[in-house]
Amino acid sequence: MILVSVGTQFPFDRLISTVDMWAVENGRTDVMAQTGPSGYTPRALKCFAMMSPDKFRKLQAEAELIVAHAGMGSILTALEFRKPIIIMPRDHTRGEHRNAHQSATAARFENTPGLYVVRDEAELLDRLNHLSDMVASQGVSRKAPEEFVSRLRAFIEEERPSSRVWTLPWRRNESSAAKR
Amino acid sequence: MAVKRLMLVASGGGHWVQLSRLSPAFEGHKALYVTTMEGAEAPSGATPVAVVTDASRSHPASFAVLFAQMIWIIAKFRPDVIVTTGAAPGLVAIQVGKVLGARTVWIDSLANSERMSLSGKLARRYADLWLTQWPHLVEKYPNLSSFGAVL
Repeated sequence: MILVSVGTQFPFDRLISTVDMWAVENGRTDVMAQTGPSGYTPRALKCFAMMSPDKFRKLQAEAELIVAHAGMGSILTALEFRKPIIIMPRDHTRGEHRNAHQSATAARFENTPGLYVVRDEAELLDRLNHLSDMVASQGVSRKAPEEFVSRLRAFIEEERPSSRVWTLPWRRNESSAAKR
Repeated sequence: MAVKRLMLVASGGGHWVQLSRLSPAFEGHKALYVTTMEGAEAPSGATPVAVVTDASRSHPASFAVLFAQMIWIIAKFRPDVIVTTGAAPGLVAIQVGKVLGARTVWIDSLANSERMSLSGKLARRYADLWLTQWPHLVEKYPNLSSFGAVL
């Protein structure tokens, strides 16, 4: 089964429709798609807007390939489950997100084994047509690195009262000047 | 060492996945997870999960509901420390939590590699510990630190 996922905040029909077209042409009936608030009517994909995180995680574990927007949830989960993943970043100039952070994310992960970045529909189709030469991503542990965990734990366990946040509005400039 | 009451907040999706990866840091304490999607299971054992409404810039009215829910949850649970990986619900949690006396941690998402997120920037005033996962951003903002990335 191939799992497509684009998060829950915005539609990403440019991705969904491309995969749908590919599935129709290749007679694939085993493609599921989490579409978010989409207006697209699929022909071959089995679509749903969203589902509970636990059920969705099971689907991600079952999938042989994940196709997704450049969202951290999709990327991290694919790495955790050692799945090959194709990511296409949302283009904010087309109103697909609020800013360009997905392009930056895609660029940061470009050289990660098993993670295939495509920039547009043509590259996506090309990637889908060469599934056999894809490799699984290298697995990562489900836990953050020890250093992060222990430093966060140390902060949590410090016996120290919360610092005061309320400053009278007309004194805010004074206190921020004092900090500097 | 005293057992702390920890409130751990993340929106559904990538924020939740990143918070889950940090769960070993919370072991041994009394934790309450808070997220925006029904049916999320806490990463560690039988820890309760509260669900709040999602809010974003696209739906400003939902912030009012979110504030009310956070005040209720925080007043009831009385956390010593609030840790969040974003986004808007995490910001509201540490704003309310700070006023009600909790220590607060903001961890900006791994997705924000070029600048802090908008909610992350707004969180600075309310965070006792203000973290990015990208060390190269540390010098761009005063008071910003990094413990590395959750990956």
